[in-house]
Amino acid sequence: MLRFEPRKNRSKFLEISAPIIAVIMTMIFGGLLFYLMGKNPFEAIKLIFWDPVMSPTFAEYSRPQLVVKAAPLILIALGLSFGFRANIWNIGAEGQYIMGALASGSIGLALYPLQAWYIFPLMIIGGILGGLIWAMIPAILKIKFNTNEILVSLMLVYVAEQILALASVGFLRNPEGLGFPGSRDLSKYSSAANPELISGTGIHLGVISAFLGVILLTYFLSYHRTGFHIKLIGQAPRAANFAGVDLRYIIIFCLGLSGGLAGVAGMFELTGPAGLINIDFNVGYGFTAIIVAFLGRLNPVGILLAGLLMSLTYVGGELAQFMMNIPAAAIQVFQGMLLFFLLSTDLLVTYKISVKTPIRK
Amino acid sequence: MDLGDIKISLLLASLIVAATPILLAALGELIVEKTGVLNLGVEGMMIFGAIAGFIATIETGSPWVGFLFSILGGAAIAFIFALVTQIFRANQVASGLALTLFGLGLSSLLGHSYTGIKPAAFSDLHIPILSEIPILGVILFQHDPIIYFSILAVAAVYFLFRNFRLGLILKAVGENHDSAHALGYNVILIRFGAILVGGAFAGLGGGYLSLVRVPQWTEGMTAGAGWIALALVVFASWQPFRLLIGAYIFGGVTLLQLNLQALGLEINVALLSMSPYLVTIGVLVFMSARRSRGSLEAPRSLGKTFFGL
Repeated sequence: MLRFEPRKNRSKFLEISAPIIAVIMTMIFGGLLFYLMGKNPFEAIKLIFWDPVMSPTFAEYSRPQLVVKAAPLILIALGLSFGFRANIWNIGAEGQYIMGALASGSIGLALYPLQAWYIFPLMIIGGILGGLIWAMIPAILKIKFNTNEILVSLMLVYVAEQILALASVGFLRNPEGLGFPGSRDLSKYSSAANPELISGTGIHLGVISAFLGVILLTYFLSYHRTGFHIKLIGQAPRAANFAGVDLRYIIIFCLGLSGGLAGVAGMFELTGPAGLINIDFNVGYGFTAIIVAFLGRLNPVGILLAGLLMSLTYVGGELAQFMMNIPAAAIQVFQGMLLFFLLSTDLLVTYKISVKTPIRK
Repeated sequence: MDLGDIKISLLLASLIVAATPILLAALGELIVEKTGVLNLGVEGMMIFGAIAGFIATIETGSPWVGFLFSILGGAAIAFIFALVTQIFRANQVASGLALTLFGLGLSSLLGHSYTGIKPAAFSDLHIPILSEIPILGVILFQHDPIIYFSILAVAAVYFLFRNFRLGLILKAVGENHDSAHALGYNVILIRFGAILVGGAFAGLGGGYLSLVRVPQWTEGMTAGAGWIALALVVFASWQPFRLLIGAYIFGGVTLLQLNLQALGLEINVALLSMSPYLVTIGVLVFMSARRSRGSLEAPRSLGKTFFGL
């Protein structure tokens, strides 16, 4: 029999090495998967993890892509991690991301072709509010009726996708688009555009916001009372109850934060890399961000690194798709595996395992 | 608007077809949750069952082999969840999400070369005499074997938890795993088994989707059916027969929505397509609002990890 004892002092070494073990395990099993598909596993792994950053032929294109894809993942995962700490499971970030983009896009398109300095800030506010209000639906239902926020936030993803479809063929369609679905290209509308700030780096305002978010939320988690309460609920719910932590406030805060950040991520994506609202605007960042949050051990700095790593699997995955004809779905399997290994290795961090000899009668 | 174009008896018959995948998946999840495990990976298990059954049917030409593989596929992928949550004691919510992501990815990887093919038809089983009854015969007794199985399974699960020792043991584990352990039951082993059974049911539901309901393979074809199944368990307050009613109501909403789209009414297609999800939210709110006044019917150890004494 195995015996599990909660660790009194979490070892820093294990805390850091557990995700690394998980990544290595994923590489081994992922390599096996590629081998079964008839591909050279070493070449595939190198193409995914090494070439996007180091290869002289690809890195020039891949490196900027790396930060472009990491930014929304980090922004969304930062928000989600707060809720996950307090056992508040917002898994509908994908929907909040869409609604943020739609809200900010509506503002931008309504003001088109006016040129003014206030349009972009207004769109940022719109993006935050769009995601935040969408996330308030599960929050308020949970507080008022104790409705399960996991299911409600997820159902709202499907609803948001339908609204997105409605917008791209209907109320936000480009009037000069010859009847094709999709809105005007906001990245070509200078008052609303979110361009690359330093050419060749991929850095846009969303990337900078992600970095700022990491710093601010690290501080918030360590020094602010609400940050402390969130940690307390996760680690000792009874103690939090006795200490008078208002759970309703925490629910509103966590869902609001994650919704707002997902919404603003959608806004930056819309006005920059994506450019326009279309049926295929969302590509699953909201779901991948869940993995990023866990990979980063729900810690802002960890999430920064995890976001970059996960972005690497996307960019490297595209490269593998292009060079070795490995389908994109293989990368999704890869990411799913990573999450499984992470969750499994967590046991090593939180519990001390020893072998117990059963008592004989 | 002319509803006369939709023949009511045929509509009711296809309502049952539309409801069956969700019913099967929800029934499996009900068993799992009764033992105190919350497996949020229903969507992943369903879609993996859908592709496993589809490939087997295409390769062998027999839908029966297909359904067998759906069941095995669902159980196989649930095995990973069981391993991670029961042996490695990982968080069930996060592991369930991982299972969904993993299942969706793996199924589209495997199904890559199977899009656009039609599987061998699965013939209906007309029950003698009963299927001759006017109207009722068409609605109830001219279906395929899986539908009869799903209804029998609901009854079986009902009696399992009501009349059998095994059902009581499962409930004991779900209500209070420490007491069950103290009584000498192997909590981990029982939960492990229940997760596999739940996966088998979800897999069969998925197989029904790709082999009968659609019948075709398209990437991400479950489109939230697994999540609706999860909501259905809450709606049914963990009671099998309520699950049956709930599933048929959802089947009705889905079907009505599709039929209204086909009629080309002035109602927007997007608004119709989002209706099943909105109805699910509405039902969840209704049920939880009612419940907050009374007592909670959820198994008391639901979602809690058992670490042993």
